Amino acid sequence: MSKYTDHQGRPIIVVTGLGAVTSLGRGIEDNWTALKKGKSGIHKVKRFSTEGLNTRIAGTVDFMEPEEVSAPGISYAMADATTEEALADAGFGHDGFPGPLFFAAPPVELEWQHRFDLIGRTSEGSIGYERMLASAREHKQEKMHSLIQLGTIAFRLAEKYETQGLPISLSTACASGATALQQGIEAIRRGETQAALCVASDGSVTAEGLIRFGLLSALTTNNQDEPNKASRPFSKDRSGFVMSEGSAALVLETLEHAQNRGATIYGTIRGVGEKADSFHRTRSSPDGTPVITAISEAIKDAGITPDDISYVNAHGTSTPENDRMEYNSLHAVFGDKIHSTPISSSKSMIGHTLTAAGAIEAVISFKTMQEGTITPTINYETPDPDIPLDVVPNEKRDADVKNILSNSFGFGGQNACLVFGRDVA
Amino acid sequence: MSSSQKEVCITGIGFVSCYGEGAEHHWEILGGDKAPAPVIAEDTVPPYGVHPLPEMDWALQIPRKDQRQMENWQRLGTYAAGLALDDAGLKDDADMVSTMDLVVAAGGGERDVETDEAILRDAIASNDSEQLILDRLRTDLRPTLFLAQLSNLLAGNISIVHKVTGSSRTYMGEETAGVTVIQNAVSRIASGQSTHMLVGGSYNADRPDALLPHALNHYLYDGGTEGVHGRQAKGGGMRMGSVGAFLVFEEAEHAKARGAKPYAKLQGVSSDLGKRDGDKGIARLDTMYDKLGGRPDAVISGATGVSAATSFEMDYLKNKLGEDIPVRAFQTLIGQPLEATFPAGVALAALALKNDGFYAPFEKEEKSSSEQVASIMVTSIGHHCGEGFALLGKA
Repeated sequence: MSKYTDHQGRPIIVVTGLGAVTSLGRGIEDNWTALKKGKSGIHKVKRFSTEGLNTRIAGTVDFMEPEEVSAPGISYAMADATTEEALADAGFGHDGFPGPLFFAAPPVELEWQHRFDLIGRTSEGSIGYERMLASAREHKQEKMHSLIQLGTIAFRLAEKYETQGLPISLSTACASGATALQQGIEAIRRGETQAALCVASDGSVTAEGLIRFGLLSALTTNNQDEPNKASRPFSKDRSGFVMSEGSAALVLETLEHAQNRGATIYGTIRGVGEKADSFHRTRSSPDGTPVITAISEAIKDAGITPDDISYVNAHGTSTPENDRMEYNSLHAVFGDKIHSTPISSSKSMIGHTLTAAGAIEAVISFKTMQEGTITPTINYETPDPDIPLDVVPNEKRDADVKNILSNSFGFGGQNACLVFGRDVA
Repeated sequence: MSSSQKEVCITGIGFVSCYGEGAEHHWEILGGDKAPAPVIAEDTVPPYGVHPLPEMDWALQIPRKDQRQMENWQRLGTYAAGLALDDAGLKDDADMVSTMDLVVAAGGGERDVETDEAILRDAIASNDSEQLILDRLRTDLRPTLFLAQLSNLLAGNISIVHKVTGSSRTYMGEETAGVTVIQNAVSRIASGQSTHMLVGGSYNADRPDALLPHALNHYLYDGGTEGVHGRQAKGGGMRMGSVGAFLVFEEAEHAKARGAKPYAKLQGVSSDLGKRDGDKGIARLDTMYDKLGGRPDAVISGATGVSAATSFEMDYLKNKLGEDIPVRAFQTLIGQPLEATFPAGVALAALALKNDGFYAPFEKEEKSSSEQVASIMVTSIGHHCGEGFALLGKA
């Protein structure tokens, strides 16, 4: 084991650059300041009409200037902003980035505005796909085409920031942000690269999106007039998540690469664990085995034990089922020690940023270790007796945080857990 | 690959195209002395022909309760995944599938076309179209359809139906998604990060909502039934095809230990993204080619028929490998399956290597092969962007 390798002889992986955009603001500092204050970014949706919908609130990001107000337009604008911030933070200038891009890509498709646009350009064919196809034949739509290709955002980022090779676009639903990091970790461990750029972005809050998640009973319909109170992870009165937008970018490097170029190091990525669940499309196995396995594997991969974890950055969506399942699984791995381990959910403040969540939570984790400040779980007024956790309720807390477990779970049986460390040695 | 790297072989193929289902079935049809006539449905999304889904009995691989949770893109992929597991002899091996890593190339799923059209008709006639859309979506959308639209739910359904749960990842990005799944799987097995994987993708072409995105940029061919090469004189373009292509990849020792007989071995995979014009484009392909670590006897090409991409590829192959190298552009016969392109190409190459043969020309522009084919290069030059090469050899 050299000073550059971990307990398994693999290169030690460090994080040297961070970038973030959430409904709380643009950039790491604005976000970190707001999160420490326990501020909520959830608000009534103004981007489109929500009249008649059960859910009329979200954590939309309304301050970017996208080339088009659509899921791909907003997602790209945020990804571009966080990538630029993270690369500058890591000290990579305009000479390109010496590694590949792993991008957790949001769902994009033609939106109703596009359909209307197409239909309005011709009177050929019956109203519907026939007319839209006729319209497309008459008027080539290069920009619309580019926006709705699933690889476009990653291709554009790769071109602009000159990353190496074919950029990877991926989705593991709400675990995507963590999976993007995992891809970077694995590529470095395989020796394919010394550095990796991991980015996640999701700007897909649309009326149809709210309706679709609403049909799955996933969104809270409470507190529509007090949006900042709506996301209540681990509370007894939690009733669903709040859909949100955001992006995060992280620069990963081997310790050796970072030290050789004199980079400032936030901390290390020590371990990763994953396990797929075959129980149900939107629900976890009742016995929690896949989540328990993912958590255990991540801690094992890091070469530490649950006792070494100083803080858990929860998936904590504020749905009745997720938060109970997450507690039960943590309890199975940590035993009663979990009752005295601080755990908090930033989703209480910024809502659920879906594709981006795992990466945003990783960024928050590195700030937590760097500053020794744990961000709170806000709206924690009514503890759930079935979830006896120290959720760092309502106020930030100063603490000596050495190792963090960060959980991400997604529809389709996706479970990915990461372990971050503060100290390089 | 360096000597410390493990050998990667293919031990199972699940293949569905317009010609039917099953790996050997496809060898019988495509591997004969003469290529079959193309199967093209002209009336599904006129004026664009598509290579249609064959008649399927989904219940052979997917329980009815699960079929109801999917649309045909996911059914096709889940079905082909089941065929691949059957073919590898792993279908009912609970220990093996529970530790098997799953990697899927996926697009954006399918919409409820009837609902979209009904809403569009009423919204056009309404003086508050935004509100009408809201009201109608609330009442008309089905919860299950949302799940049919999530990119990673093909993988989710494969986990549920076939219990493949080691890990699960979904890659996106049109043809590059397929390149990534193959490259990622080979890297993970070669480096020892995995021992057995289920890898592939599917595409359902029989839908107007699937074709519309490509029509927007005039990528679709509407000139007739010509193949990839024959279309070039008429401006080129692609014809989409419904395909499910899944493969079981195994570390060679892992396969040997359980007595599995491999189709072929994967010797190298490479990929890139960048500009295609001029010397830079050729230099990028050269770098990719050099990474394969060997010269092929034949090429299975994922050429789409889109002129710029197709001539970029064909010119390169001719210059690099000579005028006489047999190249088979399979989209002539089974269409453009987008994310499933590269997995389909790898499957067709593996099938030929196992059967000690090669395919007769798929079009008159292609050269016949007289030499023994012991190694095959697979290409995917994306119709829009992104490139992938693989080299397969006899196991």
